[in-house]
Amino acid sequence: METTTSITQKLDALYEYDREPVHEKSFHGIGKFLGIYAGEHIAGTEYVIGPLFVSHGVTASDFFLGLIVGNILAVLSWAFVTAPISVRTRLTLYWHLRKIAGPNLTILYSLVNAVMFCFLAGSMISVSATAVGLPLNMTMPTLSDMMPNSIEWVVVVLLVGSAVTALAILGFEKISRFSSIASPWMVLVFIAGAIAVLPTLGVQSIGDLWSVANEKIWTGVPFAGQTKFTFWHVMFFAWFCNLAMHIGMSDMSLLRFAKNWRYGFSTASGMFLGHFIAWISSSVLCAAAAGSVAPGPIAYMGAGIAGAVSVVIAGWTTANPTLYRAGLAFQIMTPDWKRWKVTLVAGVVTTIAAIFPALMMKLLDFVALYGLLLMPMGAVIVADYWFLPKLGLRNEYAAYRGLGMSWPALIAWLGALAAAVALPYEIFFVALPGWFIAVLLFVVLSFFQQKYLAGAQERGLQ
Amino acid sequence: MKIAFGLGAVIGLLLTIVPSVLVAMGLLDWQTHATLMTIGMIVWFIAAAWYPQPSKS
Repeated sequence: METTTSITQKLDALYEYDREPVHEKSFHGIGKFLGIYAGEHIAGTEYVIGPLFVSHGVTASDFFLGLIVGNILAVLSWAFVTAPISVRTRLTLYWHLRKIAGPNLTILYSLVNAVMFCFLAGSMISVSATAVGLPLNMTMPTLSDMMPNSIEWVVVVLLVGSAVTALAILGFEKISRFSSIASPWMVLVFIAGAIAVLPTLGVQSIGDLWSVANEKIWTGVPFAGQTKFTFWHVMFFAWFCNLAMHIGMSDMSLLRFAKNWRYGFSTASGMFLGHFIAWISSSVLCAAAAGSVAPGPIAYMGAGIAGAVSVVIAGWTTANPTLYRAGLAFQIMTPDWKRWKVTLVAGVVTTIAAIFPALMMKLLDFVALYGLLLMPMGAVIVADYWFLPKLGLRNEYAAYRGLGMSWPALIAWLGALAAAVALPYEIFFVALPGWFIAVLLFVVLSFFQQKYLAGAQERGLQ
Repeated sequence: MKIAFGLGAVIGLLLTIVPSVLVAMGLLDWQTHATLMTIGMIVWFIAAAWYPQPSKS
């Protein structure tokens, strides 16, 4: 118990500067949010997601319609779920969740988040490695490769992972600045690469675009060994690939700086540049490369050296902050360690994960799992903020009673996950019912906790 | 200097996107397009990195 208290104190100290609600003078304008979201959602992984949709045999109409609807739903989730609570509380997810779930459960949540961050950064290192290995004529991993396919792959991943870890240790701010510089250029590299390969796909005029899209790119026929994807897969993936950020409420940390809740709509810049244009472009590149899904070679085929460099930069600039965040979260378990040492450990875990191409080739499933794991806590935050007061219950109950852990929040989290896993649907579809289950569990159990258990305790004391 | 770096950044971005359109129109070969994109990349990063940042209050 004493150890837990010590960890909690260290974790609080780590986030000390975020403890107070954001002051009005620190609010950011809409331009800042448009830029941040546009940059954040043009990552190395966009080079993989488009090809994976192609490999799963999506048709062109399902792909475009699914992306439009899914991205709109994602933007609406940010605007109507995340932003209103963010601008009312002005707190980070950590501090707000701490009041609802208690410090001990927040530690557990942070650790799960850190492990998922490591795997996410690992997939980005894998993406970069496919470009770094190009001049070495390295055998690229294919869709069916779950284990390392060559010694060269392992060596290149280790080199890239070491470089990313070293840079994450050396400094986060400069990388962040470099990332913001690279973003506008990277969008254009995606677009340029796709445009340049159109003639090789048989596009002679704009009139050929739709027929080539249907016959050569999104053909509706899955690659060997891949399951068939429909409109629903694309829509739910586009909506939920950032589930942890919007419905999972992680972006409270960012949107608390917004002047009003409408700034949630600024996420459209990221959705429609990164998760629309970039995914279309990488799909086109994959088709032109005769179905290759390795990001390095397909980017090189479209844009030459600039394409390969963009894959390295896209993977590196997004792996770095992810690794940094993972280190920050891991630090709670090693409170006496220096930041560099924690980041080094996170980097080693990340690099080892990156050696396995499964992380990149099963990215769609991994991203869905990542969102699913963290989503129930977002549901708890929504239920606590909007529903408990309407039912005459007290919100932020753990803080009010000084509880170390809110058991309604814990059961809502684990119960919703168990129910989602038990549902007879693919992982892309279980998050939505899981959210409602988490809300229901938390509300019912909070009612029980506050009306019966607390009442019984008070009667016992009397 | 601000104008020079701003102009450099725009040229860098134009060299990144315009050659691909010319390739699609059949007016440029792929190798030239790739070379121009590489030049555009270098010009963009130099210009954008040196472009004066607004001072923080």
